[in-house]
Amino acid sequence: MKHIVKIMTLLVALSALWISLLQTSIIPESYTWLLPLYFIISLGCYGLLMVGVGLMRFPTCPHEAILLQQDIVEAKGFLKGKGVDIGSD
Amino acid sequence: MDETMKKNKYSIIVPTYNERLNIALIIYLIFKHLKNVDFEIIVVDDGSPDGTQDIVKQLQQVYGEDRVLLRPRPKKLGLGTAYIHGLKHASGNFVVIMDADLSHHPKYLPSFIKKQIETGASIVTGTRYVKGGGVHGWNLMRKLTSRGANVLAQTLLWPGVSDLTGSFRLYKKSVLEDVISSCVSKGYVFQMEMIVRASRKGYHIEEVPITFVDRVYGSSKLGGSEIVEYLKGLVYLLVTT
Repeated sequence: MKHIVKIMTLLVALSALWISLLQTSIIPESYTWLLPLYFIISLGCYGLLMVGVGLMRFPTCPHEAILLQQDIVEAKGFLKGKGVDIGSD
Repeated sequence: MDETMKKNKYSIIVPTYNERLNIALIIYLIFKHLKNVDFEIIVVDDGSPDGTQDIVKQLQQVYGEDRVLLRPRPKKLGLGTAYIHGLKHASGNFVVIMDADLSHHPKYLPSFIKKQIETGASIVTGTRYVKGGGVHGWNLMRKLTSRGANVLAQTLLWPGVSDLTGSFRLYKKSVLEDVISSCVSKGYVFQMEMIVRASRKGYHIEEVPITFVDRVYGSSKLGGSEIVEYLKGLVYLLVTT
């Protein structure tokens, strides 16, 4: 099944649930009408939260940059010794 | 474990375009970190004008023409077809794909190989977004774009891997051949398409942490057009996978 179909199915199921809530009025109708709005808002909040948390906990590795420079010096030394023309930059 | 490793051969495909210095460094580092492993390096150069191919020929003199293979193409023809081209010349039963710009460090190759042997996975993909992984050299804007893109893709595609656009991966050769033939995207959307299609086909995918030091020599770019390409890629994957 194409992924878009899965997502559509999920949305249709949610709509069906919502309509049945409207019909049966288990909870007051005025609340039920607002549910899709809450859904969209919480989806947006979820997205922003995930991006925010991801940004705060973004793994960085400044030490790796230093290690890489050491590796580069080592590699250049070896290759020069073998007569490989890697240039002077 | 050593027994299994002796039977396996790893073909490391490195596409290049104007990577004269970087390709020399990376080949040195691969040989340094992969001792006691049977492997070959396949350099697919797209007619670089800076003499990348001359350097590779010199490296063949140092390491041997059977270990460093130069399989050039006449002009810039894109990343996806570079892998297909390299794959045609690969003699290993496993294929590693990595960038030549030193953002992918060969010191992680043993952990890819170890993970594959331990789990029997069809694909081992490097991820920057877990403990032990990381990125260096990105500004806040780049980090924000990357996180946003990732959350969007995770929410919409449920891919089952944490780093979709990373391109440091180890594949079983047959799996790569199968997946690559159904991928049509360009650029780094291609990397995303590969892993999403592999995931949908039910292949066993494992992850290992890698660090990513943004390119030391040369420049990388991420502009508005890349973001548009990414969003188009996302929609494309939504409706086709």
